Amino acid sequence: MQILLKGGRLIDPVTGRDEAVDLHVVHGRIERMGQNLSAPASQVIDLRGKYVAPGFFDMHVHFREPGFEYKETIESGCAAASAGGFTGVACMPNTNPAIDDESVIRFIQARARAALNGLVDVHPIAAVTAGRKGERLSPLAELAAAGAVGFSDDGDPVGNAEIMRRALEYSAMFDRPVIQHAQDSAMTKDAAMNEGFVATTLGLAGWPDVAEEIMVVRDIRLAEYTGGRYHVAHVSAASSVDHVRKAKARGARVSCEVTPHHFTLTDEAVRSYDTNTKMNPPLRTAADIEAIREGLKDGTIDAIATDHAPHSFDEKEVEYSAAPFGIVGLETAVGLTLTELFRKNVLSLLEIVRKLSTNPRRILRLPEIRIEEGEMANLTLFDPNVEWVVDPSVFRSRSRNTPFGGRKLTGRPVGVLNNGQVYWADERPA
Amino acid sequence: MPLQSRHLLGLDGMKREDIQLILDTAVSFREVLDRPIKKVPTLQGKTIVNMFFENSTRTRLSFELAERRLSADVLGFQSTGSSVSKGETLKDTARNIEAMKVDMVVMRHPASGATHYLSRVIEANVVNAGDGQHEHPTQALLDMYTIRERVGRLEGLHVGILGDISHSRVARSNIYGLLTMGATVSVCGPATMIPRDIEKLGVNVVHNLDELLPTIDVLNVLRIQLERDAGRLFPTIREYHLSYGVTRRRLEKAGRDITIMHPGPINRDVEISADVADSEHSVILQQVLNGVAVRMAVLYLLGTRN
Repeated sequence: MQILLKGGRLIDPVTGRDEAVDLHVVHGRIERMGQNLSAPASQVIDLRGKYVAPGFFDMHVHFREPGFEYKETIESGCAAASAGGFTGVACMPNTNPAIDDESVIRFIQARARAALNGLVDVHPIAAVTAGRKGERLSPLAELAAAGAVGFSDDGDPVGNAEIMRRALEYSAMFDRPVIQHAQDSAMTKDAAMNEGFVATTLGLAGWPDVAEEIMVVRDIRLAEYTGGRYHVAHVSAASSVDHVRKAKARGARVSCEVTPHHFTLTDEAVRSYDTNTKMNPPLRTAADIEAIREGLKDGTIDAIATDHAPHSFDEKEVEYSAAPFGIVGLETAVGLTLTELFRKNVLSLLEIVRKLSTNPRRILRLPEIRIEEGEMANLTLFDPNVEWVVDPSVFRSRSRNTPFGGRKLTGRPVGVLNNGQVYWADERPA
Repeated sequence: MPLQSRHLLGLDGMKREDIQLILDTAVSFREVLDRPIKKVPTLQGKTIVNMFFENSTRTRLSFELAERRLSADVLGFQSTGSSVSKGETLKDTARNIEAMKVDMVVMRHPASGATHYLSRVIEANVVNAGDGQHEHPTQALLDMYTIRERVGRLEGLHVGILGDISHSRVARSNIYGLLTMGATVSVCGPATMIPRDIEKLGVNVVHNLDELLPTIDVLNVLRIQLERDAGRLFPTIREYHLSYGVTRRRLEKAGRDITIMHPGPINRDVEISADVADSEHSVILQQVLNGVAVRMAVLYLLGTRN
């Protein structure tokens, strides 16, 4: 298999390259790079006006397998990831059984290798505590040795400060982050949406931003106290962004991510009682979006991650308070990022690639992607100018729970190359 | 002129003319209730289902009476807990009932927004009989009817709503309706029971009842959920009564003729003392009677709209 990527612009935060260059890829390996390459036996991909970047990595997905295969499988999740422009993901451990045992890590790795011939790298994040119950630590060293790239009880917080302290201390020995779903659960009982004016008018129980903030503050102090590495998942509140900024300035080992929905939608979207606007943490206010965009700009927010959370149609087709939290995100993330951050001059393409590829890999201590002759091609190709309309019916995910159906976006992935495999968005079945 | 919507989901966003139409229509039905034969043939041949997913006595009976007095065919059920806990979704329950060719559904449900959801998945007219902590539009309509009957108008009046505003669908519907009709609204209660940013709706927030009383024409007293809230939203029932109990002494000190309302059922000597509930200030029983007339008006206007 020979592919000639011709006329595209390479954008690589690792080397700082930002220039037009052709790439000749043979059996998944970058054979040649240069100007005006020709390779007669190759499939030629015309990338004029399009970009070539190191493969995008989503450090926060829920692939639901094992246990909830009716929502998503590792195979359908990988298909959604590749369609969305991602060559790698880190999957969260709220499966059944939870990823708190080496055998589950092995199972996920085996499933991922078999899915789409290994097009998408799937790295498990293991549970901080056994069964995600928040009581006793999982065998963190064994899990890390088996391939866990981080630890999280995501879906639920690590609520107990003592457990969090010990997890940070222990995981620091092998340099894995503890990824916190920051939520003070006592303050968010029955909560369905952001606490504030909209929740007041809709009569829905509120999830106040301060319940995220106080957990972030506590954890930052624990990270500083222990020297552990702390990562805030799906930061949603302006106040949390501010605390992370200050902690970073003090030199704390802290990082954080934001989802596309948290920099795009506000709690006004809940007014329709559409359960596809229900996620945890909830959609917040315009002021929070403003602060998040500021945090993306100044580097406080390291990564863009989807929190891809598939749920079946029937699970979401209920009263708002009864619906599960979460939306699918893999197949809209790049489009939303380019539309909301690039088009609106929040981030340059170089910065976007940093937050979609370089930074999440660095946080999880995955090797840098090197775009050089002789290296395996791990690439995401994207077009920042094409207009398209989100159509959930063609999602490759098994689930379609998105609030973005019908939304017009500018910019989308063209295709991905990884591990000798290729996916082209255009070949997507109608 | 018909109502603008084919459902009654709430008073949020309802036009003033529509509220006026319902209240005016209720006047003639209220008159029917004073006749020896309290029944009209208006909805003959229409079938109405009352789905109550939450305990209710007076609202359910009031709707049922209104439906029967309009000569509709009536059936219904009451089951506590959400439909989900029974293993059947609200959608399936509703669709099954609709498959029996019913014309209107009256629903009470513990989830805010449940009636909005219902109106999207079935064809029948939907009347909200209370959805979670969101709205209870017929209660607010009957409250406004009762105020108008007692004081003669709504415009320019100052109405206080007292109690757990956070968890009250009665409060929300009253706020929307009263503001639309030109009244001034103040909500009163401990800070723990006032939802965030409610002043953005255009209401005043007052924590001291004795400061509020001399300024208002009407006080709508909400029921306190004793078991659920004591120790969490307020320290003790005794303390609540001391701070917010509506007593004769308090009313006398205010020196003003204030109309006292309560959506019921009342906790005597907690949020309202017995001598106030049974006093000449109280219109609590008129509210109950007017409720039937207002619900007749709503069902009539929706049922004959097409």
